[in-house]
Amino acid sequence: MDLTIQNGEFVVLLGPSGCGKTTTLRMISGLESVTQGDIYLDGRKVTWLHPSDRDIAFVFQFFALYPHMTVRQNIAFPLQAEGQPKDMIESRVREVVEMLRLRHLLDARPGKLSGGDKQRVALARALVRRPAAFLMDEPLGALDADFRETMRAEVKRLHISQEATTVYVTHDQIEAMAMSDRIVVMSDAEVQQVGTPAEVYHDPANLFVARFIGSPGMNLVSGQYADGAIHLPGSNRYNVGNGWHTALPRDLGGSSEVIVGFRPEAAHINEDGAIAGEVYAIELLGAYTMLHVNLDNEENEIVHIRSDRQTRYPIGTAVRFDLDPEMVRLFNPQTEMAIRREVTP
Amino acid sequence: MASFEEIGPRSPVTESIRVDKVSPQARLFKNLRAITVLVLALVGLIPVFAMGVTALKSRADVVAVPPRIVFEPTLEGFVFLLTERSQLSGAALTTAQENAEDLGLFERIALANGQRINGPSDFVMRLRNSLIIAGGSTIASVTLGLFAAYAFSRFNIPGKDDLLFFILSTRMLPAVVVAVPLFLMYRQLGLHDTHLGMILLYTVFNLSLTVWLLKGFIDEIPREYEEAALVDGYTRLQAFFKIVLPQATTGIAATTVFSFIFAWNEYAFALMMTSNTARTAPPAIATMLGRGGIEWSAIAAGTLAFLIPVVIITFALRRHLLRGVTFGAIRQ
Repeated sequence: MDLTIQNGEFVVLLGPSGCGKTTTLRMISGLESVTQGDIYLDGRKVTWLHPSDRDIAFVFQFFALYPHMTVRQNIAFPLQAEGQPKDMIESRVREVVEMLRLRHLLDARPGKLSGGDKQRVALARALVRRPAAFLMDEPLGALDADFRETMRAEVKRLHISQEATTVYVTHDQIEAMAMSDRIVVMSDAEVQQVGTPAEVYHDPANLFVARFIGSPGMNLVSGQYADGAIHLPGSNRYNVGNGWHTALPRDLGGSSEVIVGFRPEAAHINEDGAIAGEVYAIELLGAYTMLHVNLDNEENEIVHIRSDRQTRYPIGTAVRFDLDPEMVRLFNPQTEMAIRREVTP
Repeated sequence: MASFEEIGPRSPVTESIRVDKVSPQARLFKNLRAITVLVLALVGLIPVFAMGVTALKSRADVVAVPPRIVFEPTLEGFVFLLTERSQLSGAALTTAQENAEDLGLFERIALANGQRINGPSDFVMRLRNSLIIAGGSTIASVTLGLFAAYAFSRFNIPGKDDLLFFILSTRMLPAVVVAVPLFLMYRQLGLHDTHLGMILLYTVFNLSLTVWLLKGFIDEIPREYEEAALVDGYTRLQAFFKIVLPQATTGIAATTVFSFIFAWNEYAFALMMTSNTARTAPPAIATMLGRGGIEWSAIAAGTLAFLIPVVIITFALRRHLLRGVTFGAIRQ
């Protein structure tokens, strides 16, 4: 991994369990040793420095609040470790307590706190040191869903107000998309893509990112490229735009196999649509409806199409739809990499 | 179609058919459980009760058949336990009896048996030796075990599992197997009949227990606590003392009690490896048997006195003991 994080940036390491994101974070913090490569913080090489010498703060998933200390003692603990004077400790503790609205909990012990309160105390303990960087390992993972949303906003607000460089680990892509300036998508200890939320969502670098980002992930349909069009399952045909005619043969080499990717919102139901299918299932999700459309009954090639919330199609209904050409992405099934379209000036 | 009356609702439920905590059946069951536990506890305490009663009986009452349940209590047993006496006869006895009013309680009791107290017995010294040796070995084994357990729990030690098994395997060995070589070794090293020798011995025997028990407790403490402390600026050792140790108090207390009980009650090696200076209470009490007749009341008194420190320690740490005995049995 070669990654540069700018000052004040909020970078999220995103990936499934076991992909190496937490290990990466722990290496940055010094809690895990490095077998190869170097880590620099503020221009300083910190690869072999003790965690306390790196000027970072770590927020753990399960809070790691010291159970035998009160909230006040927990927050003051890092400054006491630094040997700061008592009045300075008190003033800093007061500052973060006000910022995170913890005044009423100062004399409580962690065992008596709710998950959200515990996480705010953990954040306070990190903030009180005013470190160069914050490292957060799935800090919202242990919280209830409604708390998670509240705390997401809280963390982002703190990041903006403190202008703090933050490296955040999560497997929840909604968190990643909502909070980050950039996302590092990881799988099997390798970086799949680094980009803004918009980039990883709209321009996934490979099939893994396309599948992983989005709920549901990108529709990926296998087809054959020939005669300027891609032949899809169910005798469907998608005419590729101008930008692809050079890129496709070049990228595919002699092969004609290609994968067409599109997000559910890139497809629009249309009576005269170019692609036909049959409604396989329908999900009424309140704000919108998700149609599961089978392009080929024999092969069961299901795609997801986002439709208006009032859409009601009985299962088995034949439907037709078009794809927004700006939102279609093509992938090489051999390399699993995205094929970059030629952009005409 | 059936009418409502035929298939209508059952008669309203006025009494719960489940045996729950408010039903009379449940209350009776709960009381029965409590009574059963109480009876079992009393049955378990019968030997202790018998011992206490024996300690307060006179020589005649101790050996009476059938055993006397109602008797006149006396401190004879304690006098025989705690003092060295010599038999008086003839004029010396008469003179002593005439001056009985000037004597203390113990002296009068001794005189009632025709004896004069010459000085304290060595039992108090034996008890003191037990305290020193058991206490010293407990402190040493728990301290060393704590550090070893922490290392096993937190660090990647090559051959860790094998080492742990090796430590555990020392408990599989009957102690008597190593008695002779140990005896010879101790004689060579000049550790025979010394406090240091006994402390070292019990420390080594207890170490396997302390390492395994404490490792289990430390494994339950999330590593994140120490990692947070490391990030905050503490060294590993500081994090150990400030964070791990307070969390491990229950485990340390439970391990301390088990180690202490083992060392306190140990008899075989105390008998073999000591003779006078470092002799502890268990062999001392046992050797009271057959020494000029069997003073059952003295033996009972000695055993009772021997129980007291362990009872005090166990009582003080009883809350930690329960968790120590059941840890790992229930996953939360």
